[in-house]
Amino acid sequence: MMAALICVISVVAFLQFFISYCRSILATSRKVQLSDRVREVAGIANKNVAAEDFQRLLQLVRLCPERGDDQTEIRAVGTYYGFLHIIGRACRSMIPSLAAWSERERQSCSYFAAVALDRRISYSRDLLAQQAGDRF
Amino acid sequence: MQLGPLDYGLWLTSFLLEAYVVVCSLFRKDFLRYIPLNIYMLAVAGVTWGQYHCISHYGFNSHAYFYYFYYSDGLLYILMYFVIIHFYQQVFVEMNASRYIRSAAALLLVATAFFSYIVVHEHKDHLTTRFVVELEQNLNFVGVVLVYLLWGAILKLRETRTRLIQLVLALGISYSATASAYALMNLFPAAYMLHWVPPIAGVWLPLAWAYTFTKVPEDARLATARLAVGTR
Repeated sequence: MMAALICVISVVAFLQFFISYCRSILATSRKVQLSDRVREVAGIANKNVAAEDFQRLLQLVRLCPERGDDQTEIRAVGTYYGFLHIIGRACRSMIPSLAAWSERERQSCSYFAAVALDRRISYSRDLLAQQAGDRF
Repeated sequence: MQLGPLDYGLWLTSFLLEAYVVVCSLFRKDFLRYIPLNIYMLAVAGVTWGQYHCISHYGFNSHAYFYYFYYSDGLLYILMYFVIIHFYQQVFVEMNASRYIRSAAALLLVATAFFSYIVVHEHKDHLTTRFVVELEQNLNFVGVVLVYLLWGAILKLRETRTRLIQLVLALGISYSATASAYALMNLFPAAYMLHWVPPIAGVWLPLAWAYTFTKVPEDARLATARLAVGTR
């Protein structure tokens, strides 16, 4: 009985800590404005980035040279996105408000991926400029 | 039971990450600011190194390793309480509540030690794996409760220091994952997969702290209200 109670409380606490931790990582990208360049590359027309664009944006991120300092957070946000996707699917018919919340969160994940892509594109351009400078 | 390459891999990874956290905070001149956390990381790294020696000399199934593991774990819990107290002091720094926090923490530590002593004393003739799992579950649960209360205080006081927030949340994830895994082990002793959760949580904590010390500057701030579950 005691073990079951501890288990339930700990799982609930774990979910709260995990969601808040992922949100603290996502919060850093919220303040960043997306450049026109990344909007053009990723085909983002609206102010918000669609939740379904996450995987596509992540594929584009993987095509760019690695900066070496963003891998951990991309993985953490990827895990969070997967978790939200499961929640969204499971709750679509039973708890629509939870499904809507998961959709908003997934949009934040997509925005984070777009910011990561923007940074990597800038990094690639800097690398190219540096190589061109070295050649001359 | 024999240890496989994955066990050794997790061990080595956690050892390297623990050492990295200390080296990183030394380089960034944060060692003294987070001294209980760094002492804890040094102690965990030392214990990990000692466990490897204990297993290579006496074997995984030996009594020596069994006692080493649980005595060192007890010591690490005490050190971790000091880390949590340090976080409490940082959150309540403007309220000058340091004295009260220290008194409450000392009382809690004595109460937990006394409770653990009574439980161990009653079971001293049959210190079985099941009993040990139960004790670990209870000690980790005390950690969950303490970190959860701290997280509540952070939200209530609208604490904005990103680094402090991430350090606390990473600790909460580690404690709650471990406590729920031990509780499930207690309920379903045959579920072997659950035995992987505590070592993974052991890698998670130094990994998350290493990330925070490397990527989040001390002066970084964020709106705490956005982090609460259920907010937009």
